[in-house]
Amino acid sequence: MLEELWRVFTFQDYNTRVVMAGTGLLGLAAGVIGVFLVLRKRALLSDAVSHATLPGVILAFWASIALGMTGRSLPVLLSGAALTGLLGMVTVVALRRWSPIKDDAALAIVLSVFFGAGIALFGMVQQIEGVHAAGLTDFIYGKTASMLISDTVIIGIAALGVCGIAIALFKEFRLLCFDEAFAAVQGWPTLRLDLLLMGLIVLVTVIGLQAVGLILIVALLIIPPVTARLWTHRLAPMAALSGMFGMLGAGTGSAVSALFERLPSGALIVLSASAFFFVSLMLGTEGGLLPRLWRRARLRRRIRRQHLLRRAWELREQTGKRTFSARGLVARHAWHPVVAALELRSARRAGLVQRIDGGRWEFTPAGESEASRAVRNHRLWELYLITHADVAPSHVDSDADRIEHVLDPDMVAELEELLAREQEDTPPPSPHRLETPTNGGGNGR
Amino acid sequence: METRTDRPTTRPAVPEHRPAPASPAGTDHSPNAPISIHDVTVAYDRKPVLWDVDLDVPEGRLVGLIGPNGAGKSTLLKAILGLVPVISGRVAIYGKPLSKQRKLLGYVPQRESVDWDFPVTVRDVVQMGLYGQVGWFRRLRREHVRRADEALERVGMTDLADRQISQLSGGQQQRVFLARALAQDAQIYLMDEPFAGVDSATEKSIVALLHDLRNAGRTVVCVHHDLQTVAAYFDYVILLNMRVVTHGATADVYTEENLRKTYGGQLTLLSSAATALAQRH
Amino acid sequence: MISWSVIDTWIIIVGVLSAVGCALPGAYLLLRRQSMMGDAISHSVLPGIAGAYLIMGNREPLTLFLGAIVIGIVTTVLIRLVKHGGKIEDGAAMGVVFTALFALGLVMIRRAADHVDLDPDCVLYGAIELTFLDTVPFLGMDVPRAALLTGGMLLANVLFLGLLYKELKLSSFDPGLSDALGYSSRFLHHLLMVAIAATMVASFEAVGSILVIAMLIVPPACAYLLCNRLLPMLLVSAGFAAASAVLGHLSAIALPPVLGYEDTSTAGMMALAAGVLFGGVFFLSPKSGVLAQSWRRVRLGAQLLSEEVLGVLYRRQEAPGVSARPVLAPEELRRGAQGRTVEWLAGRRLVRQGYVRPVPGGFELTEPGLHEARRLIRAHRLWETWLVEEMNLRPDHVHGPASRLESVTGEAMEEELARETGAPAMDPHARRIPPAEKH
Repeated sequence: MLEELWRVFTFQDYNTRVVMAGTGLLGLAAGVIGVFLVLRKRALLSDAVSHATLPGVILAFWASIALGMTGRSLPVLLSGAALTGLLGMVTVVALRRWSPIKDDAALAIVLSVFFGAGIALFGMVQQIEGVHAAGLTDFIYGKTASMLISDTVIIGIAALGVCGIAIALFKEFRLLCFDEAFAAVQGWPTLRLDLLLMGLIVLVTVIGLQAVGLILIVALLIIPPVTARLWTHRLAPMAALSGMFGMLGAGTGSAVSALFERLPSGALIVLSASAFFFVSLMLGTEGGLLPRLWRRARLRRRIRRQHLLRRAWELREQTGKRTFSARGLVARHAWHPVVAALELRSARRAGLVQRIDGGRWEFTPAGESEASRAVRNHRLWELYLITHADVAPSHVDSDADRIEHVLDPDMVAELEELLAREQEDTPPPSPHRLETPTNGGGNGR
Repeated sequence: METRTDRPTTRPAVPEHRPAPASPAGTDHSPNAPISIHDVTVAYDRKPVLWDVDLDVPEGRLVGLIGPNGAGKSTLLKAILGLVPVISGRVAIYGKPLSKQRKLLGYVPQRESVDWDFPVTVRDVVQMGLYGQVGWFRRLRREHVRRADEALERVGMTDLADRQISQLSGGQQQRVFLARALAQDAQIYLMDEPFAGVDSATEKSIVALLHDLRNAGRTVVCVHHDLQTVAAYFDYVILLNMRVVTHGATADVYTEENLRKTYGGQLTLLSSAATALAQRH
Repeated sequence: MISWSVIDTWIIIVGVLSAVGCALPGAYLLLRRQSMMGDAISHSVLPGIAGAYLIMGNREPLTLFLGAIVIGIVTTVLIRLVKHGGKIEDGAAMGVVFTALFALGLVMIRRAADHVDLDPDCVLYGAIELTFLDTVPFLGMDVPRAALLTGGMLLANVLFLGLLYKELKLSSFDPGLSDALGYSSRFLHHLLMVAIAATMVASFEAVGSILVIAMLIVPPACAYLLCNRLLPMLLVSAGFAAASAVLGHLSAIALPPVLGYEDTSTAGMMALAAGVLFGGVFFLSPKSGVLAQSWRRVRLGAQLLSEEVLGVLYRRQEAPGVSARPVLAPEELRRGAQGRTVEWLAGRRLVRQGYVRPVPGGFELTEPGLHEARRLIRAHRLWETWLVEEMNLRPDHVHGPASRLESVTGEAMEEELARETGAPAMDPHARRIPPAEKH
């Protein structure tokens, strides 16, 4: 077993080498072009298309038998597949265009009816005397073991062609995915670009039938882009990452399937791509589960902490005392007493407040400085929202430690001035009037 | 009702003479307010959408919720209804948590939020407003059917009761939604852009209806964005821009200065566009 | 030619039961725009079945059902997780989840093939032809297990959808209000998905997963194109589902002999039959069929064209120095028409209404035609006046709108229009507005 593993992963086996090269290139092409498919929000269109290839494969098989050929010629079968695949795509578009049927239903209808037709045709083809039709089921689940060097060459050429076109038309495809209407207004031939993109999708689907099977080829088009999306939100790195994930997933999968010949290779390829996906879903920097939960918890903690500090600061301003009580916070802000107690305790642990006699609290020097910064940030943001309403919400980042980290210094200076002016307009609320918490200074940081 | 005449201050204020609505420490919450919003912050991932919103909605007023795009108006309604999770803060309906007071709330979502090809009739949609009063598994009783028909009558849609909703015009769709809210017979109505995309006749009749509701002691909160009509329609406004800029009786609060604060540079554009439109008609 | 046997009867019974059982919950999927959720669950249910077999070691309905519940919930939760994490559309999230789970299921089944009597092919296409082999006694009869299973599932679905009719209707139409009224739309979504997963496992052995998707969506799609209300839509969906099942089996045994084969997969033929029925509805539905749509377009075109003809003849007649009745040449009619059908229909319409009569070189107005033309021209010019005066449109921009408006102008509207514009004698282009005729 170990020896076998070693042989497979050191590419010693000629067959394995052929298969891994073929599927790897397929994964690369599917990953790159899949990015546009996913961003264009048409991921499942490829599922409908791939299911719609089945009747084409069988009809092509049938036709070539009728013409006296063996029926095993891959190019013939794949042309049949491409034909009905395209027909399925056209049907989806027609349903959308000429009936109130929504997208999702149009896909489901095409997928199931075409596939059903394929199964019905298959039921008949099986009965042709003296012809071995069972190989056709390889197209359903995929069978890398049946790949020949000539197949790999076909897949390789097609895959590199797809990647080449995707790179050459990268800018155009990006525009198409991002803002089709804008692209059309700019004079780009959006319809032709769209057709080309969909044509490339059909091409990848068709060349992938043999390796992955028509049920799972959609996985190679969707999983790598979504995996890449979890690490970056920029298109170019996403396409590169996606191609890489596709290649790695497909290559690993076919290597594994060389070890376990009884298992369907398509399933193994998809499972290894899913493994990359699963890890990314957990850890991905852009939307991975753990970073997201952690960020959210941190945001919640920060907002609550800032709340506490600010409210305590304000309470102090209003009462004019140096200390404040938990009861005062609860009374003024409808906090739950338990919440207030917990927040105070966690602030004490962080060394920001300390308890003094009589159930009252005061800021530590560190707390004093942090509270003043929170209050200042808050008031400057508030002023910003009020005075720059036309652009404000998209800029605001309450999580930023300081407003300067988000807004440019001129803007902050302007806001500071406004704040100072407002304060002059207002009679001091209490003898212990607020020294406008200045730019972090004075209080030490 | 205390009127709040001040422009927002960025300072903490002394409650006796500076209600200072937008200011953090300012709001004195009343346990009897129909809606009390305590320091509500809503964030999607990293960006806050509502930030420390803290106010009471007064009873029996027709309240306009005004603000520029992206100001979080719809989000505020949804936060009140518990449809979006709040990251901190809480909302009370007549001093009690939402879960106990659902029946007091009537909701009119934006028109585009539903599929108007759905195979239901006008009457079906209006009856949906009463589902909250019968509970799981139960069917509507005859009395509910009658109340739904009355609501249809009130918005003048009785003739169209058996039409499928896809055959309605924009104004008629809005009336259906309104009838649905009326059928709910709620104490507080929350409406998301009830005037968006309706013809002027419908708009007038909706306003009349809202005034009726207000006069019957109901509290109505409408998201609205037509600055021209705010003063005529609402007697209380909340100016929102991610946080509350100010709120109070329309006459006191709805000033050029406050508007500029809410809309910033958009105001000039909006007012010139509105003038141009007015001249065309 | 076809030999019918009790086997065929059972196949049809099982087919109808599972098709109807799928179509009912499927209608809600269609309405919630989640049709592809059916596709997703039909794939992801495979590891659920395999897992349940492996853990419980049997294939009792309860085992299947447990597997279905678990997988229904796992799939929906995973899809939501992926959607929010990756900030991607539903479709891609579904695609990721169901392909991964399906691949897992395939591997599990192949690994467990030694212990478990289950073939992935059977899960895909079913073995409805073989259901007759596995019977259990029921009410003194030997009934195929699959018939009991699918029948039970149909009953459960009817019960489920009946009890939660109001809740599902509300949450499908307006999830926001549903949540606001205390009927959690997420909870209902999960319930529906579990019901669909359970329906699928019950139907798998008989008809396979692909046919399940077909029956979930295609019959409801037919009904969607025909019905205006939810309950009729559900009933019509059920009818189409049953019809597809019957037609499917009949064509599976009747069609292949025509081509020289014995028979073919009933499940595949059922899906195809559903597709053919849908195609028929797509073209023929009176509500939104392609034919109905184009007929309405042609008829409207003909109406507008015939009004235009009347207008043109009237204007020629009112031109100064014309005494003879003007004639419209057939080529002119053709030039104005969008297509031959419109031309033919407009001509026929005018002649049948008695507004024009054929004369050498074309058509001329009859006396009733003259009246009608005068009425239309009056409406047209009043509208032009109104549009210019009330809507402040430029005079050269009002011809189009006025032409569309004139054809819907009744007597009352015409009077109202005359009142609002002050019944002027001339329109904005300084042409005479014909006075109102006494009706």
